[in-house]
Amino acid sequence: MAVFFQSLISGILIGGVYALIGIGLTIIFGVMRVINFAHGDLLMVGMYLTYFLFRLLHIDPFVSIIVTIPLMFLYGAFLQKFFINRVLDALPQNQILLTIGLGLVMSNTVMLAFTSDYRILTTAYSSSSLRLLGLSISVPLLISFTITLVITAVLYWFLYRTDTGQAIRATAQDRSAAQLMGINVKRMSIIAFGLGAALAGTAGALISPTYYIYPQVGSVFTLKAFVITVLGGMGSIVGATLGGVLIGVVESVGGVYVGSGWKDVVVFIVFLLVLLFKPSGLLGTSKD
Amino acid sequence: MLKIENLNFSYGDLKVLWDVNLEVNEGEIVTVVGANGAGKSTILKNVSRLEKPGAGGITFNGVDLVKLEAHEVVELGVVQVPEGRKIFPQMTVIENLRMGSYTPKAKKNRSANLDRVFALLPRLKEREKQFGGTMSGGEQQMLAIARGLMADPKLLLLDEPSLGLSPLLVKSVFSIISEISRQGVTIMLVEQNVSQSLKIATRGYVLETGRIVLKDKGEALLNNEHIKKAYLGI
Repeated sequence: MAVFFQSLISGILIGGVYALIGIGLTIIFGVMRVINFAHGDLLMVGMYLTYFLFRLLHIDPFVSIIVTIPLMFLYGAFLQKFFINRVLDALPQNQILLTIGLGLVMSNTVMLAFTSDYRILTTAYSSSSLRLLGLSISVPLLISFTITLVITAVLYWFLYRTDTGQAIRATAQDRSAAQLMGINVKRMSIIAFGLGAALAGTAGALISPTYYIYPQVGSVFTLKAFVITVLGGMGSIVGATLGGVLIGVVESVGGVYVGSGWKDVVVFIVFLLVLLFKPSGLLGTSKD
Repeated sequence: MLKIENLNFSYGDLKVLWDVNLEVNEGEIVTVVGANGAGKSTILKNVSRLEKPGAGGITFNGVDLVKLEAHEVVELGVVQVPEGRKIFPQMTVIENLRMGSYTPKAKKNRSANLDRVFALLPRLKEREKQFGGTMSGGEQQMLAIARGLMADPKLLLLDEPSLGLSPLLVKSVFSIISEISRQGVTIMLVEQNVSQSLKIATRGYVLETGRIVLKDKGEALLNNEHIKKAYLGI
């Protein structure tokens, strides 16, 4: 039983970071109906930012998100304004080509600049852990989970309690009706992509003390982000939050009981089962 | 107030509006009636800038709307209540209404407008916390109109507000429109329900396959032989 709780708690802790990745992708999809295939690469950029802030300026990875969040937001807003906004009315396959292309440019630029070497960011607490009720809790994961909770709470407050946040949700629910309310939907798209990039970058920063950092790391997370958002229901923010935690738990518990080599298989089996019984995802509504 | 001059519009190769000339003066209820597919909604979409501009001029109090973006048109006070209500389904009634007053100008008068809207449609006050998507068609239509009023419109564009409603609800929608007009809002109403709209309208235009074929006072159109035969079945 201790093993089960141990893997459950690890799963929840990492699931918080997955939720951030999923929420970002789902906001972008909701507002623009564009699937961002560069999502994992944005996370990778966040990782490298964190790595170099740590290496060159000795800023702790968890402190550096204060810099990473606004930088990634601006980067995302830039991508939206100059690239994605141009294809909003284009065919879906063209949008996909654009985001895949952007992702490739990002990962290859990083590879060109910093080689494809695996890097490790080691802090004093990287491998330390806390003992609580007989369970061992990794300190970096606990800190990152706490930060995740705060960010998610702020994000929910923004989306549900401020006019701009509500306007983003309104745009996601009905783009043309939002325009008739006087909402500048192009501006909302820029904010949405900025938010998505900031969340992905933050997730990258938060996992950098516990993951390998390399230029192609994004592809793993792009796939994960899809599984999370589709599982939660495309466009549903609450769904993505739940989906992230669920995937984290399934991965962790599956890794312990089935074998760590099989944990992705377990994830995809659960994913397929959910879609089999609820094709629109956990909290998805079946609309157009 | 609103002036549409020689508006031509096509969806791809399909031309839907031919030289439409139309005018709405302050304080009027102007209705555009016609059969399904005549191009009525397309006119409103052009005014609200939801479609790429066609050929021709659209001005509001002298301001060229063709050059503006959709949200800028709303800021001028030209507010559309779209066909099919288009309320935000995963937002509550009150959230929908707050979105109606999104523009900076409307935001200032938000609480006053909420009171005004609730006085006009007390049912919405009772349903404040209900999600838009779970309401009946009639309630959604009332909410859509209320949401439009929250924007402090000078000119309210109504697209088929009676569509799909029971006869009783149709009657109350039209009486609400008259009441809004009495409160000083100019109204442009696009409808398939010819008799009801002409009854409350100051002036009316009849649109057939993208062309304006008749225009007159509302009452005069009601007694027009062509209208009687083609639309009223008398």
